[in-house]
Amino acid sequence: MGLKIFKRYGASWLCILPLALVIVPFFLLPMLVVGAASFLQGDGFGGIIASPTLANYADLFTSKLTFDLYFQTIKFTVLTWAFSLLLGFFIAYFLVFHVRNQLLAIGLFLLCTVPFWTSNIIRMISWIPLLGKEGLINQAAMGIGLTHQPMEFLLFSSFAVVVAYVHQLTIFMIVPIFNSMARIDKRVVEAALDAGASRFDIMRLIIVPMSKSGIALGSIFVVSIVMGDFFVIKVMSGGGSASVVGAFYEDISVLQYPPAAASAVVLTFVVMGLVAAILRTVDIRKEIAP
Amino acid sequence: MTVSATLSTPARAARARRAGARPWTFYALLALFVFYVLALYGPMICIYILSFQDVRGGLVFPMKGQSLHWFVDLFTQVRTGDVKGAFGRSIKLAALVTVLTVVFSFLAGWAFRRRFPGDTILFYIMIGSLVAPGLVLGIGIGLLCNFLGIESSLYGSALGAQLSWTLPFGVLVMFAVMSRFNGTWEEAARDLGASPLQTIWLVVLPILLPGIVAVALFGFTLSYDEFARTLQTAGPMNTLPLEIWSMTLNVTSPSLYALGTTTTIVSFLIIGLCLGAIVAIQRRRGGRATRGE
Repeated sequence: MGLKIFKRYGASWLCILPLALVIVPFFLLPMLVVGAASFLQGDGFGGIIASPTLANYADLFTSKLTFDLYFQTIKFTVLTWAFSLLLGFFIAYFLVFHVRNQLLAIGLFLLCTVPFWTSNIIRMISWIPLLGKEGLINQAAMGIGLTHQPMEFLLFSSFAVVVAYVHQLTIFMIVPIFNSMARIDKRVVEAALDAGASRFDIMRLIIVPMSKSGIALGSIFVVSIVMGDFFVIKVMSGGGSASVVGAFYEDISVLQYPPAAASAVVLTFVVMGLVAAILRTVDIRKEIAP
Repeated sequence: MTVSATLSTPARAARARRAGARPWTFYALLALFVFYVLALYGPMICIYILSFQDVRGGLVFPMKGQSLHWFVDLFTQVRTGDVKGAFGRSIKLAALVTVLTVVFSFLAGWAFRRRFPGDTILFYIMIGSLVAPGLVLGIGIGLLCNFLGIESSLYGSALGAQLSWTLPFGVLVMFAVMSRFNGTWEEAARDLGASPLQTIWLVVLPILLPGIVAVALFGFTLSYDEFARTLQTAGPMNTLPLEIWSMTLNVTSPSLYALGTTTTIVSFLIIGLCLGAIVAIQRRRGGRATRGE
C-alpha cells in the first residue's frame, strides 16, 4: 500500500523536495521560532529566558503607540493601494485595448516593467533631487512664480512616502492586470459595442469583472509589501512617520527580541488576514496554476 | 422614430470604429501613460546625470561641472565603506541564487502540474513565504540560527532567506510558462520511444527555454536588490543593497548617486542579456520553422 502510493507520487514528491527544503527551514521554522519567542522573556542583553509569559502581548495591546503605528501603516497602505490600482488598471487597459499594434503593446509593457528589475532603494532616493527644498519641482514652481517660498511638504513628508510607494509598486498592479486583460476575448467587447453598450457599461460589466483576478493578485503584492516595509517610510518621511516594522526594527537594534517577536506575530496575522480576505474574492490557484 | 434615434448613437460609434477614429478616452489614457513613464524614469535619469558632477557637486540641480570624480571617490574612499567588496559579494550570491532558483522552480513547477498529496499545503506555504514581511522573516532566521548555534553567513542563512523570496516568484513564473506547454508534445516524444529524462532534456527544456531565462532574470535581480531579508541574516559581510542603505543614512554626497548609476548599469546589463537571449531563441526558432527543419 505504502509502496503503491510512493510509486504513484514519488516523482512529484522528489521534484517538490528542493522547494520544500528551502521554504520549511527558511520560512516555516523561522516563523514558528518568532511565534515561540513572542511568549518568552528577554534578559535585556539579547538573550532569551525560557519562561513563558504573555507580557509581550499585554504590553503591545495596551500601548497607544501600537494603534498609532497601525493607523499610520494602514493609512499608507490604503493610499498606495488606491493610487497604484487606479494607475495600474488604466495603464494596463490602455496597453491592451487601445494600442492596436501588438508588438508595440508588448514593447510599452516591457518599458513599464524594466525598473522592477532595478534597485528599489535607488529608485526611492532618486526622488530627492526632484522633491527637495532646492529640488527641480520647487525651482520650477518658483521660476514661473507659482510660489515664493519653496514648498516643504514635497520631501520628507507623508506625500513623499506615498509618491515613493506608488512609484515602486504600480508595476505590481500593471503586470497581473495586464495579464488578465490580455485574456479577455476582444470579440466580447465588440459584441457589447454593437449591442449598444456604453463605454462605461463595458468597463463596469466586462473589463472590471474579467480582470478581477489580476486586481486581486496586484493588491496582494502591494498590501503585503507596504505593510512589511520600514525603509521607505523611514527615509522619505524624514523621521516624521513611523511604521509597525520600523518600530520593531528599533526593538531589534536594542536587542529586545521578545517584544519585537510579539509585534511581528501580530503584524504577520494582520497581513495574512488581509491576504486571505483578498483571496476569498478569487480562486487564485485556479487562475495561476496550470 | 424613437427606435432609430436610440440606434443612431451606437451605429455612429461603430462606423467611427471601423473608420479607425480614436475616442477621446484614447488621448486621455495616452496622456496618463506618458505621465507614468516620465515619472517612472525621470527621477532615475536625474540621479544618473547628477552622479557625473565634479568635486563641487551637491545632491540637487543645477549640475556643477562634469567628471567621474564621484565614481572614483566611491571605489577608493574608506568613508563610503567597502563598496567594491560588497559589489563582488552581491554578484556572486545573486549568481548562486539564480542557478538554484532556476533548477528548484523548474522541478517544483513540474511537480505542481499534477495533483499529489500535500500539494495544496505546500502551495499556500509558498504564498505565505512570498507575502511574509521580509524583516520578520530575517529576524526569525536570525533567532533560529542563534538557537541552533549556527553563525549567520552570506552563503548560509542569507542564501536561504533570499531563496525563500525568489523561489515563490520563480515557481509562479514557471506556472505561467508551463500553462502554455502543450502536453501532446510530451506524449509524442514518449510514443517515439524517448525515456522520461530524454523527454525533458530534448523536448521540454528547449521549448520552455525562454521562460526559464525569465525565471533566471527574476532570480538574479530579486537577489541582487534584496534588502529586508538579508539585513538580519548576512552576518559580518554585507551585500550591495545593505551598503546602499547605510550610505543613504550617512552619505550626503553624489557618491550615493554614483553608486545608484553603477548598480543600475549592472541591472540593465542583466536585463538586456536576458531579453536578448529570449529574442535570439525565438528568432532561431522562427528561422527553423520557415526553413522547415
